[in-house]
Amino acid sequence: MAMLDTLLEMFSYQFLVRAVVVGALVSLCAALLGVSLVLKRYSMIGDGLSHVGFGALAVATAMNAAPLTVSIPVVVLAAFLLLRVSENSKIKGDAAIALISTSSLAIGVIVISLTTGMNTDVCNYLFGSILAMSKSDVRLSIALAAVVLALFVLCYNKIYAVTFDENFAKATGVKTGAWNMLIAFLTAITIVLGMRMMGALLISSLIIFPALTSMRLCKTFKSVAVCSAAVSVACFFAGVTVSYVKATPTGASVVAANIAAFLLFWAASAAKGRTGRTANIRQSVNP
Amino acid sequence: MAFITCQDAAFAYEGNAAVSGLNFAVSRGDYLCVVGENGSGKSTLVKGLLGLKAPHAGRVLTGDGLRPNEIGYLPQQTAAQKDFPSSVYEVALSGRLASRGILPFYSRRDRAIASENLERLGVSELRGRCYRELSGGQQQRVLLARALCATKKLILLDEPAAGLDPVMTQELYRLISRINREMGVTVIMVSHDIRSAAMHASHILHLKNRQEFFGSAADYLASEIGRAFAGGSEQRK
Repeated sequence: MAMLDTLLEMFSYQFLVRAVVVGALVSLCAALLGVSLVLKRYSMIGDGLSHVGFGALAVATAMNAAPLTVSIPVVVLAAFLLLRVSENSKIKGDAAIALISTSSLAIGVIVISLTTGMNTDVCNYLFGSILAMSKSDVRLSIALAAVVLALFVLCYNKIYAVTFDENFAKATGVKTGAWNMLIAFLTAITIVLGMRMMGALLISSLIIFPALTSMRLCKTFKSVAVCSAAVSVACFFAGVTVSYVKATPTGASVVAANIAAFLLFWAASAAKGRTGRTANIRQSVNP
Repeated sequence: MAFITCQDAAFAYEGNAAVSGLNFAVSRGDYLCVVGENGSGKSTLVKGLLGLKAPHAGRVLTGDGLRPNEIGYLPQQTAAQKDFPSSVYEVALSGRLASRGILPFYSRRDRAIASENLERLGVSELRGRCYRELSGGQQQRVLLARALCATKKLILLDEPAAGLDPVMTQELYRLISRINREMGVTVIMVSHDIRSAAMHASHILHLKNRQEFFGSAADYLASEIGRAFAGGSEQRK
């Protein structure tokens, strides 16, 4: 009962309802895209993009522009660039991503200190703030989440093929380049949307954790995708509730919930593996 | 006209010619084995045949009703696939993707074809299993099933026996021969295992950054280069 009261009390705050709506949608999209990104070894792209987003946000604030109108195009551009770089370049992919992300972090910090000065804003950008969501953000997130979900469902088979075996897909005439672009584009938008709430340093956890967590137990691509989405949204709710009750930072609490889920799944898979092995041994001892 | 005809074709890799002077044809029902040492241009030729790389010189023609995307490809395995969560059935079904065009979902016919090919390669009881938990030989069978889902005309196998033990390798070669003979599927196989190649294939293409030999397997074994590379398998027979 106390739990229900807490929840009711929580949702009586307008800003919290907005944050929960946006956050849940972003968690869902990030988890779905994360399955493909993690399996394609592109996990670091998410991290790189969030740093680029930080730089773009800082510049937008300095120019007094609406944060999303500046950061969405910049981050989308960076996503295409990072994708190209990790596919073919003289500088190796991971090094190139580290270069771009630290560069934009540095530029962002300089711009902020020159304009508003190093204050709580910087802290909010880096670690997120639950107060950041406005009404227009909510509308935009709902629209974009709908687009991401629709594209993911409609293109599910193509995303699977491009993720599992790009060479085969390419040989049978699938435009793998275009599909990679699409995944990068959707990732960029998801990151920008979630960044101000989760924080530039923490947003990539929404992409990486759910996929890795569900891969501990799930054995098929479809089940990994569905499980990631469920785990991600559940962890987000858990994180926000804890952050409300204990007054901890929202972004960090959501990540903590994801860590807990990961450890839980990992322990479950280890336990399953052990019982499986004992069963095998028993079988071989007395057939 | 043959399925694939190369006329004086050459393929370059980053500006350097990797393989040149290619003059050969693959007709319906052939079993062509492309042999050569590492770095002899085999992989580049594969890319060229798949249409992923345009010829640097000469021409590569497809004919006899073969469209360029009707080649079932069995690529070398990548590191990412080693821990990829996917069921065997999902892998096989993905071979049908190209035939879907822009339609988003698989039809009942696609599912039937995927099941049929898993059955044909003797892995249908593994359909719900996780691909990464299979043995190397089982994985190759699943990928072969996927290639057959993509086409009934021509499959292109890139070092299919890489990483398999000798018993599994022989089993795989027998399976490929059967697909070629019983289903009438044309096979192009890239291999550095010259002796097995000469035993199973109908034609041999020997590369050494240019075309050293193209002709029937029997002619290859009688030729000087064939005798040198196949280690005198003739005398042993």
